[in-house]
Amino acid sequence: MSDLFDILLTAGFWAATIRIVSPLIFGTLGELICERAGVLNLGIEGIMTVGAMSGWMWVYQGGDLWGGVIFAALMGAIFGLLHAIFTVHLGLSQHVTGIGITLFASALSYFVYRMLLPDATTPPKIVPFQPIEIPWLSDIPLIGEAVFSQSAMTYLALLTVPAVWYVLFRTPVGLAVRMSGENPVAVEAQGINVLAVRTAAVMVGSAFMAVGGAFITMSWFDAFYFGMINGRGWICVALVIFASWNPGRALVGALLFAGLEALQVRAQQSVGAFIPYQFFLMLPYVMSIVAMIIMARKTKYPQALLVPFRRGERV
Amino acid sequence: MTDLQPVLEFRNVTKRFGSLTANDAISLSLHAGEILALLGENGAGKTTLMNILFGHYRADEGAALVDGQELPPGSTQAAIQAGIGMVHQHFTLADNLTVLENITLGTESLYAWRQDQKKARAKLVAMSEDYGLLVDPDVLVSSLSVGERQRVEILKALYRDARILILDEPTAVLTPQESDNLFATLKAITKKGLAIIFISHKLHEILAISSRIAVLRRGAIVGSLETAVARREQLAELMVGVAVARPKLTAIAKGEPVLEISGLSTDGAGASTLKDVNLTIRAHEIVGIAGVAGNGQSTLADLLSGLTQRYAGSVRLNNSALPTGDPRAVVAAGVGRIPEDRHARGMVGEMEIWENLISEDLRSPDISNSGIIINSSKSKSRAVRQIEEFDVRCSGPEAETKLLSGGNMQKLILARALSRKPTLILANQPVRGLDEGAIAYVQNQLLQARQRGAAILLISEDLDELMSLTDRIAVMFHGQLSDAIPTGDRTIAEIGLMMAGQGSVTPGEERSLDH
Ligand SMILES: Nc1ncnc2c1ncn2[C@@H]1O[C@H](COP(=O)(O)OP(=O)(O)OP(=O)(O)O)[C@@H](O)[C@H]1O
Ligand SMILES: [Mg+2]
Repeated sequence: MSDLFDILLTAGFWAATIRIVSPLIFGTLGELICERAGVLNLGIEGIMTVGAMSGWMWVYQGGDLWGGVIFAALMGAIFGLLHAIFTVHLGLSQHVTGIGITLFASALSYFVYRMLLPDATTPPKIVPFQPIEIPWLSDIPLIGEAVFSQSAMTYLALLTVPAVWYVLFRTPVGLAVRMSGENPVAVEAQGINVLAVRTAAVMVGSAFMAVGGAFITMSWFDAFYFGMINGRGWICVALVIFASWNPGRALVGALLFAGLEALQVRAQQSVGAFIPYQFFLMLPYVMSIVAMIIMARKTKYPQALLVPFRRGERV
Repeated sequence: MTDLQPVLEFRNVTKRFGSLTANDAISLSLHAGEILALLGENGAGKTTLMNILFGHYRADEGAALVDGQELPPGSTQAAIQAGIGMVHQHFTLADNLTVLENITLGTESLYAWRQDQKKARAKLVAMSEDYGLLVDPDVLVSSLSVGERQRVEILKALYRDARILILDEPTAVLTPQESDNLFATLKAITKKGLAIIFISHKLHEILAISSRIAVLRRGAIVGSLETAVARREQLAELMVGVAVARPKLTAIAKGEPVLEISGLSTDGAGASTLKDVNLTIRAHEIVGIAGVAGNGQSTLADLLSGLTQRYAGSVRLNNSALPTGDPRAVVAAGVGRIPEDRHARGMVGEMEIWENLISEDLRSPDISNSGIIINSSKSKSRAVRQIEEFDVRCSGPEAETKLLSGGNMQKLILARALSRKPTLILANQPVRGLDEGAIAYVQNQLLQARQRGAAILLISEDLDELMSLTDRIAVMFHGQLSDAIPTGDRTIAEIGLMMAGQGSVTPGEERSLDH
């Protein structure tokens, strides 16, 4: 037990947590934006794969790092548009479409990767984002190393949380997004095009997801592997519920999950001799299920989540 | 006034839904400072016409003109900009957002980087004081009462400088007190030069508030007259096409007790918890329960419908205990249910008419093979017979249920409940939101059931209805039920006092009266 406490006091543990949390932040905020507008986006797992592949590929083909991030976001937005056409404009099942998008987007990513790099046996590498030490702040013990010696994309992820909160809760467009997820008829009755708001929200949310994927290949690791997203997209979907559709609480939930994952890796090394390592692998998921059960009782779902809106229909 | 240009004019508006013509070449005009009442049966096309004006629907022919300018069809935004404000029949508010958020949505550019909340709040507060529409801008809509929600809807329109205000059946969900407040507000609004279109089925309201009346029947305008010269009977006849009279009770000998409730209490605290309720209803008898909504009527109705699980006391139906918490068993035991909210509880809007009609007897051999596989041809032909018998106006048994107007949906519920020949009928607000013709129809059906020997519990907020339709009346207040004494032994005024908690609601004599 004391081993575990020792781990909690190392800067390495906290640095790992902050790294692991970054893609979860992008993904969770992306899903949150979609759902606030009333659209569940289960394409997230595939869209993160697209982002991971396309951002990395951009850099591998000679583009620069930020160009890769933007390219990944663009790709994400395109798949978001696809999801929106089916679910928002045609009113098809959001579950089925989302899972379809995940299958399609993942398969397409692997296919393109193989097409462009037919002979690669070991995954080729790029030079990823490097840590940037923030002057002064990085000198603070523990926190300095953990939070202020990260890559630019991690800083971006952390700044995105207040930015998304601000847009959702303090701007007219954020109000339109939230209202679309609560009562689309009310939005239309105020002269705003619900379909446009929802489509835009799904595209922006999907771009966030893709950037989350790109973080994994461009900042955390330096190569693209198959199966790399490894269920992170589904975790984001759960985190949105855990967070009650609130960006600040999404950050807390993502940190909790990331912390458990970082702890798990380290615990395997210290106490792994007595307990099978699978137990530790399982830990973050068990904890998130427990947390969900506790939190989900109080959550207020966006009332029009999953409800398609059709103009001119009797309401 | 007629020499001035009208602020609003409909020119030959026609709207069809498939083979149904919902609006048939409607021409109508509205002047500033005027309250025009639009009167018509359920399904006459009132809401459709307003939806065209507001840009929810596009007309197939014709156009709406504001100040002589044609409105671009199908654009809500253009309608709002032209000064039209609409209070929809079903509120269009987001429950989990605040009053201020609901009102300011769409009033600022979507590309602005911030909302000017302070200015918006100041404008709203000033406006609500100006018009006497008081609401707290910062509370969630979900915490508001129905009357307050309606104030928010009106403020929403006024906030956007509406000059033409449309109210689609605004009083259907209001208590009489709230309706009076609304009327005062509307009069004040017209003094400021706004024009109002007021939609309602309730003749006395229309006569009280409007300056002109237009009557719509089956999509066409069948009459337009000054309120000053209009008479009630004439309007009813215009609306329905034939003279209608609400049915009256005829004397009939009472039978055996069908429903016997004694010492009934439910768990919990609050006004809607039942406290020691006693009531007996016999065959051939209609007993009314009067009361302001929220005093326990719904709890009692839920319990008799088999929705509530736990209670203390005894409820007996035809001399055996009423099954609890098991709606199917309750239906099988002979209870016919007409629920309070036909949309939420009565029917599944997304399903077809025939599916809704069989939903209470899925296991019956009439409609299924050995209770497992639904025989859809049998079910549909039974549905056709029911549709005919209960005069439901629809395109056939396969029509989507939510497309029906309120009155037709209620007839469908009657068809489902009464076809089984129930021994106890639970009618909770059975005529709410219905037009004169439909009201007469529903009430006649209940009287026929009474004639046949059913016991009927009629819950209503409408005292006129209770006085004309019941054998005995009891009053519910704070979960307590007064004795049910013969209708006519108390005046409407006395009952009104009891509904407000004054006068005696404590039971005492009933047992001696019945046994
Ligand atoms: N979107 C739609 N699709 C198909 N039919 C419709 C649609 N909207 C309305 N209708 C039909 O048009 C007719 C007129 O309906 P409308 O809602 O205008 O009636 P109303 O006069 O407002 O009745 P109520 O008093 O019940 O509100 C009804 O028969 C209704 O079923
Ligand atoms: Mg209507």
